[in-house]
Amino acid sequence: MQWETVIGLEVHSQLSTKTKIFSGASTAFGAEPNRQACQVDLALPGVLPVLNKGAVERAIKFGLAIGAKLNRTNIFDRKNYFYPDLPKGYQISQFTLPIVEAGELTVQVGEGDKAVAKTVRITRAHLEEDAGKSLHEDFHGMTGIDLNRAGTPLLEIVSEPDMRSAKEAVAYAKALHTLVTWIGICDGNMQEGSFRVDANVSVRPLGQAEYGTRREIKNLNSFKFLEQAINYEVRWQIEQIEDGHQIQQATVLFDPDTGETRVMRTKEDAHDYRYFPDPDLLPVKLEEDWIEQVRATLPELPQQKQARYQADLGLSAYDASVLTSGKWTADYFEEMLASAGESQAKACANWVTGGLAAYLNQMANSPDQCLVTPGQAAGVVRRVADGTINGKIAKEIFDALWKGEGMDADQIIEAKGLKQVSDAGAIELIIDDVLAANAKSVEEFRSGKEKAFNALVGQVMKASKGKANPAQVNELLKKKLGAG
Amino acid sequence: MTDTIKSLAALLAEGKTSSVELSQDYLARIERLNPALNAFVTVDAEKTLLDAAAADARRASGNAGPLTGVPIAHKDIFCAEGWLTTCGSKMLSNFVSPYDAHVIEQFKAAGMPCLGKTNMDEFAMGSSNETSYYGPVRNPWDTDRVPGGSSGGSAAAVAGRLAPAATGTDTGGSIRQPAALTGITGLKPTYGVVSRYGMIAFASSLDQAGPMAQTAEDCALLLNVMAGFDPRDSTSLEREKEDYARDLNQPLAGLRIGLPREFFGAGLTGDTARAVEEAINQLKKLGAQTVEVGLPNSNLSVAAYYVLAPAEASSNLSRFDGVRYGYRTPEYRDLTDMYEKTRAEGFGPEVKRRIMIGAYVLSHGYYDAYYLQAQKLRRLIAQDFVEAFKQCDVILGPTAPTTAFKLGEKTADPVEMYLSDIYTIAVNLAGLPGMSLPCGFDAQGLPIGLQLIGDYFAEARMLGVAHQYQLASDWHTRAPAL
Repeated sequence: MQWETVIGLEVHSQLSTKTKIFSGASTAFGAEPNRQACQVDLALPGVLPVLNKGAVERAIKFGLAIGAKLNRTNIFDRKNYFYPDLPKGYQISQFTLPIVEAGELTVQVGEGDKAVAKTVRITRAHLEEDAGKSLHEDFHGMTGIDLNRAGTPLLEIVSEPDMRSAKEAVAYAKALHTLVTWIGICDGNMQEGSFRVDANVSVRPLGQAEYGTRREIKNLNSFKFLEQAINYEVRWQIEQIEDGHQIQQATVLFDPDTGETRVMRTKEDAHDYRYFPDPDLLPVKLEEDWIEQVRATLPELPQQKQARYQADLGLSAYDASVLTSGKWTADYFEEMLASAGESQAKACANWVTGGLAAYLNQMANSPDQCLVTPGQAAGVVRRVADGTINGKIAKEIFDALWKGEGMDADQIIEAKGLKQVSDAGAIELIIDDVLAANAKSVEEFRSGKEKAFNALVGQVMKASKGKANPAQVNELLKKKLGAG
Repeated sequence: MTDTIKSLAALLAEGKTSSVELSQDYLARIERLNPALNAFVTVDAEKTLLDAAAADARRASGNAGPLTGVPIAHKDIFCAEGWLTTCGSKMLSNFVSPYDAHVIEQFKAAGMPCLGKTNMDEFAMGSSNETSYYGPVRNPWDTDRVPGGSSGGSAAAVAGRLAPAATGTDTGGSIRQPAALTGITGLKPTYGVVSRYGMIAFASSLDQAGPMAQTAEDCALLLNVMAGFDPRDSTSLEREKEDYARDLNQPLAGLRIGLPREFFGAGLTGDTARAVEEAINQLKKLGAQTVEVGLPNSNLSVAAYYVLAPAEASSNLSRFDGVRYGYRTPEYRDLTDMYEKTRAEGFGPEVKRRIMIGAYVLSHGYYDAYYLQAQKLRRLIAQDFVEAFKQCDVILGPTAPTTAFKLGEKTADPVEMYLSDIYTIAVNLAGLPGMSLPCGFDAQGLPIGLQLIGDYFAEARMLGVAHQYQLASDWHTRAPAL
């Protein structure tokens, strides 16, 4: 039987406010346990929550960015359950009236020319507070409670079950990650838990209208784990069904060491959270003025940029999506473009998505450590464009810039004598030498082996130390061999 | 020791006494009478006298406020830094608050020494002060009887003159009903006038702190200290600071007093009915006129209240889990066992009953039928008052259906006990200000309370009516023989 996978994601995105959502304590990561938990976070008797407007503003920003409906009246509800790291015995969340409803996000799934656009509907996004942390190590059979994280503002972003593969889920999660960091509402640090993903996964026979029974994989904190966990879960569910078992609704955890998921709780132990409006907090009204003020702070969004790059710069959808996969990348590209000129858009795009990306992957942990400025990179592109150097030499110059061997492309071209040789006479001399020294290749070419031609071009380029104009080498070599 | 706050402030201002001297007098009286009344959970003479000495020093330096040096007792529901703050529960029997409630801050800023923390029904749940883990409070008028609740300790302390004034809180009548049963004056302000920050929550949407004293005038002076915007309480109202004593001397000529027909029905009989009638006549002599008003949904207020208040309480009391502070059971197998034993041992039966009711009405499948319905009733009840206040300036009626009852008399039947608040609860549901003041005694010599209900933020006018009545009567000056 052919199976179809159905996936919906719930993403907990930590909002980048300096203080907590209902108290004045700091949200900074990494403090000594319980040093960033004030009396409100500790839920001392008599304390009361006061809403941090910064958290609301960030949620508004998100709602505007995904073209969603913003509920003008916001109610905070209490979700009641007992857990040691939940100090009040309830979490303040939004149950009946989330601040954001019915938005969508279009993402590119796949790579290069094969990339296809996919629109994922976002059901809702609501504000809530995070819980603290239970620490089970180092306490000799007891549990330590760290409430530093308690009360940290979260935006829980819930999608419709619109994704049909792990790849789509990852593409959506990445695009969402890009968006929340892009608009500055979340630092996106997945190791520190700033962006956590829960995946609701089910399978059904292809063509069946009803959804299968879903299992929810909790707290995935990397895109790699998200993909692994979903793929494992899908295989497991199909096996179960094909073996004649039924899927039980459950919440499961993914173990990165084994690559498997295991049940945390089933529907039978589901809580009755006894939601009701928190009487300590008044309804929050979103006035039009406020929304417009927030709208004015929105930067050009990735999707808008992507469309502009395609329409105005003639870039492919894939290049445009890679260039807008992060704010840093887009900013770099635009700065480079400003310096190199719009006619060089494709060259700039190639640079940013190719050479630069490779460098960053190999040499740097984060884009902050990039050692070549957009202006320097644009200088290289300009010299390729005006024929001063060829593409191969460009890489060498970029390498030199990265190593700090010169201030700009021209300085390095000059110092290293890398200027492209486009003098036909000079190139012909080199070709003559190469042909003389490679009689065997010449013989092969003449007997019909086309490959031998490429070998000869390579030899000429090598002999010119890469400086020969490749187009001219091609042309002149063909002429000499009498092939052209 | 029948001095009012006002007279004590005058003595201090004239230099005829000091705060230390006054505090010592009250502490001595507490020492002598508290064993019989059990009005205080915690007394700490050393702390009180430190406060008093500081108040005297402040006066000497010329920085005294109007009430600097006058001591006051605080209901044990207010967190006070360095003081044991029990809320009448075993659950908080070891909780020394690391911070001050807004109300405590306000009294500290006014320079008023704390005489101690007064007994109360556990987590303010009760109408007789019999649910306290620290034992029942006795009514100074008859120690076989209850003082009412939940602010029973504060009421008994003021009635027995163990303190010139005390703070209370009122969720369904917890200031007014004990004030009535002990013959003192107590006021519940409009919801949001006094910050709830640091006041241990029972039912957040109903809880409001207020003063308990001998006279309406004292209540006005104390409300001036307590009231004020506090950004730490989202339900605290940002309003201009006002002088609640400004209308005390306003004559009653032309005042329209609304008499809800529902308050004067079959339930009101005997001495209470007669005393309230006499008070109405007295007010008429002072120039007021009466008008009959209707509060057609008020008969539903007890039912609505006993859905909403327990719902909020069941959630508010979840934080008492033995994890971070307060009582924790000494032996347990695992986390669930720790929770269950801690809460089973730490809470008394009335608190457990309300947690269970609250959890029930909020649970899946019952929420709409109970909680949402009760919220609708709440709006209807509030709307009744809006209509009534189109016809009158203040509403008048009895505070409680009976005078002080005997200890143990109503403990077997919770519903009977809940009906003690039948006249007061609607006021909390509507968020209106209300007060109780003495208007006579029954045949057994027990005080009877008169309730006034004001429109939103009409505390000053309501206090003016009460003050004018007290100028023309002497019920409020009578003290029990102790």
